[in-house]
Amino acid sequence: MDRVPILKIGDILLVSIQIDLQDQSVLALQEDLAERIVTTGARGVIIDITAVEIVDSFIGRMFATIASMSRLLDAETVVVGMRPAVAITLVELGLSLGGVRTALDLEKGLVLLNSRGVSRTAKALRDLR
Amino acid sequence: MTASGDTEIPIETGDDVVRVRQAARAAAGAARLSLVDQTKVVTAASELARNTLVYGGGGVARVSQVTDERGKAGVRIVFHDDGPGIPDVDLALTDGWTSGQGLGLGLAGARRLVDAFELETSVGVGTTVTVTKWRR
Repeated sequence: MDRVPILKIGDILLVSIQIDLQDQSVLALQEDLAERIVTTGARGVIIDITAVEIVDSFIGRMFATIASMSRLLDAETVVVGMRPAVAITLVELGLSLGGVRTALDLEKGLVLLNSRGVSRTAKALRDLR
Repeated sequence: MTASGDTEIPIETGDDVVRVRQAARAAAGAARLSLVDQTKVVTAASELARNTLVYGGGGVARVSQVTDERGKAGVRIVFHDDGPGIPDVDLALTDGWTSGQGLGLGLAGARRLVDAFELETSVGVGTTVTVTKWRR
């Protein structure tokens, strides 16, 4: 089973999914992320799915679970980079992901976390520009 | 309808579900489905392969490229297991109903994502689900 790496940038954890996710990898990622939020004290989580070709009900549920779980651990989650075909398919599948915050790309995700006062990293990265 | 390029994939582990997705993607691409339709049929394949594994106790998927009598191309995937079968098919096809820990979107959701959906099941014998997606 492949594990998805979790990168830390300041007070944000960045998860960029680059593999074809099987269910065990999804469950491992949820557990790894909960652990890392607590050990790092991260305030924001960004899940980048730019490279993800399909989101089925299991993967979609992972986004909702991670969003709820991180909220309990005092962190905000944003899912970024969803492909148009994935969005169309998710709606038809019946999964609206109501409780999951999304942004079109990584940059907009950082802006979103910053605007909510969640992350100093997001602000620092923006000030660099 | 004629079929070609059959690929048979055993479904025994989570990695096999990923293999079914990849075979579905390859066949949908070869049949030149639009990107949205490829995504839909691959997503349906992922749901049904997981059902075969989790509820059917494992089984097999057969992925084929098909052509109808007017020459239209498509992809067809047959999922088969020798598992416990589905006692109440109407209930199993209801959105939100689940016998396990899923969301209850698998069967009903997969049916919405394809053009043709056939389900044959017999309690104690097994289940066969056949889905087809045509090029528009």
